[in-house]
Amino acid sequence: MGSRKLMLGNTANGLFWTYRLLERAENMSRLIETGQRIALTRLNSSDEQWLYVMQTAAVASEYKRYYSKIEKEAALDWMLKHPENKSSILSSITSARQNAKMVRHALTTDVWEAINGSFLDIQNLLKTKIRERDLPIVLRTIKQSAALVRGATYGTMLRNEEYDFCRLGTFIERADNTARILDVKYYVLLPSAKAVGTSIDNVQWETILRSVSAYGGFRLEYGHEAGPGDIAKFLILDKRMPRSLIYCCEILKLHLSSLCSTYRNKPASFSQIMQLQKRFLTHDIEAIFKFGLHDFLQKMISLFADLSDQIEIDYRFYE
Amino acid sequence: MKAGTVFDEMWADGSSIRRPYKNIKTWLDGEERNSLKAKRRDANDLFRLTGITFNVYGSEEGEERLIPFDIVPRVITSNEWTKICKGLEQRVRAINAFLYDIYHDQEIVKAGVLPLEMLKNNPAFLLQMMGVNPPGQIYTHISGVDIIRTAENEFYVLEDNVRTPSGVSYMLENRETMLQMFPELFTKNRVQPIQNYPQELLYSLKHTLPETAENKPTVCLLTPGLYNSAYFEHAFLADQMGIELVQGNDLKVVDGFLAMRTTQGHRKVDVVYKRLDDEFLDPLNFNEKSSLGVPGLFDVYRKGRVTIANAPGTGIADDKAMYSFMPEIVQFYSGEFPLLQNVPTWRCAIKDQLNYVLDNIHELVIKRVHGSGGYGMLIGPTATKKDIANFRRKLLSTPQDYIAQPTLSLSTVPILTSKGFAPRHVDLRPFVQMSPEKINIVPGGLTRVAMSKGSLVVNSSQGGGTKDTWVLEN
Repeated sequence: MGSRKLMLGNTANGLFWTYRLLERAENMSRLIETGQRIALTRLNSSDEQWLYVMQTAAVASEYKRYYSKIEKEAALDWMLKHPENKSSILSSITSARQNAKMVRHALTTDVWEAINGSFLDIQNLLKTKIRERDLPIVLRTIKQSAALVRGATYGTMLRNEEYDFCRLGTFIERADNTARILDVKYYVLLPSAKAVGTSIDNVQWETILRSVSAYGGFRLEYGHEAGPGDIAKFLILDKRMPRSLIYCCEILKLHLSSLCSTYRNKPASFSQIMQLQKRFLTHDIEAIFKFGLHDFLQKMISLFADLSDQIEIDYRFYE
Repeated sequence: MKAGTVFDEMWADGSSIRRPYKNIKTWLDGEERNSLKAKRRDANDLFRLTGITFNVYGSEEGEERLIPFDIVPRVITSNEWTKICKGLEQRVRAINAFLYDIYHDQEIVKAGVLPLEMLKNNPAFLLQMMGVNPPGQIYTHISGVDIIRTAENEFYVLEDNVRTPSGVSYMLENRETMLQMFPELFTKNRVQPIQNYPQELLYSLKHTLPETAENKPTVCLLTPGLYNSAYFEHAFLADQMGIELVQGNDLKVVDGFLAMRTTQGHRKVDVVYKRLDDEFLDPLNFNEKSSLGVPGLFDVYRKGRVTIANAPGTGIADDKAMYSFMPEIVQFYSGEFPLLQNVPTWRCAIKDQLNYVLDNIHELVIKRVHGSGGYGMLIGPTATKKDIANFRRKLLSTPQDYIAQPTLSLSTVPILTSKGFAPRHVDLRPFVQMSPEKINIVPGGLTRVAMSKGSLVVNSSQGGGTKDTWVLEN
């Protein structure tokens, strides 16, 4: 580490959550985009499918406390900016920016300005009621903002422990998100679910794939004949897919191990990620089906949550 | 100090341009008004993007505002600056010596120069500091001395900010903004650079170490947090100096030393650049309700195991009642006449002086002794009848809380308004850094400007703006 000063636990905390919340905002916008896409292209779709979208985003139960019916307009408002929804895009990006402000001195100017500028743009767009025709521009801005922050991070941040904590935040959130997307509709991916539909045209499958920006990628790699098992395989075990569980796991491992060498120690979070990978991500998809897809995904969600807690402890995020 | 006449730094008596502003005039004459307005909008966008905003107290939590920035620079010649610097150095050294004295033997009281009551009944006098020896005997690591100009050769000190002077980030960012918007100006004018302020500050902090500090001292900046009005500045300076930005809950007293919680556990801290009021510094030694400070920090300080900049208890020196004694204080410790003048000040605690103030209230500025930020003051000439009646009552019931000064005509400098260029009143806050080795003054300072016509209130909390401040090379 040379003569470099050790960073504050609180700074690590701020960086971790800045990137976690940015990833959350981006994932939410992708889910909304998917919902809207399906609604517009499927004649038999109903407002009920927004319930699925909200379930995937883990904001459905809260929604039901405020609304008695599932309606598109209310659902959109809930996910975009409703003040009572702590996971709305506006809430996530506002908290991300608050966190970034707290650790501004640990970010490059480019990254800070990308985050702050994105926040100002998005806040401005979401100031008024969002009509359906405004939706594409709102979602596009969010996507571009995410890309901008990612690019500034990739291009300007030193590869030191600050960077490690940023990336850990991004990939813990992403792993959790992918696991949830799969788990909400796990039954359409089971081998026995073939009867539900016979090709990738299956609306359920399309929804899953679009929710992780993988519709095109999957078709390209697995072809039109691919079945539901392949989708599970793609999103869990394909290392080429940047939102698959195994990819997230690899990146988490990379940065935890980089922290180990920076600090010359091996805390519990490192053994946890090694265990997680060894026990759950070294088998083939058939083994996972045999284990039970739902149980497997539940296990993954809870292991990633444990890992996140352990990182907070290992690196003294809190007193 | 003639009443009624206003000194304009560009036009002096109104007929001919003052030399230091010649280039500015040529520049402004050659610019399209609309393109300048567009530039000003660009500047605001830049400030927003960079996050150079301040939080307003008493408004909705987290509301961020821009301080109005005016694009016309304020120009100071090299000769004027040299004069100001000499005066500042003399004054700041005297203040530091004064602080050491009143917290030790109180020679100044024994000599009959300062009445004991000035210390005894003053909440800014920290009894806890008695007999404490700050590392390097430095109390005022950073001073922000507010200076006003009333004529070609008349400069007055209006206030000595030595508790937690703020505003230096605006000085730096105003220059950055001008460099980005009008680079050609800096090719044509020889403006002294100010960009090394943070490095100089770090240098001076690292040269005022406690004896327990090791080879590579750890310096951190202690902020009250995100919702403090100056939070941007705290983050900015920490970033520029490459030090950690900490809050009270990042710090802890461990084995008799101050330590910060790093990702690898607690590590010793040697210097705290404190941007928190003394009262909140340590709930065990000061305000017990403070959740912003660090329990036991002051005990570590008393043992000489950490440097706190500025030292606790410096507030006694920038107290408005103490201000009136500054000429005597400077003379007592420097043995010289003060180079920078003080504004005549009436202490309302003294009966005769109170009577004078009450009789002349229409012409005076009345200030609260312990107030700051332009809150709770009365400007006689522009006040309403109701305000005056109100202040009269206050003066009669708690005279000791007030001082009065003549309404000085602060100099004016042009700003760009929606109707073209117009003169507005300004002051200047240069920043003085002090270490046992030297005093360092970055050539420039924060020029604050009252944005509305005729107004004398330059405080940002009251709608005041800022300008880039140029000190020219000879």
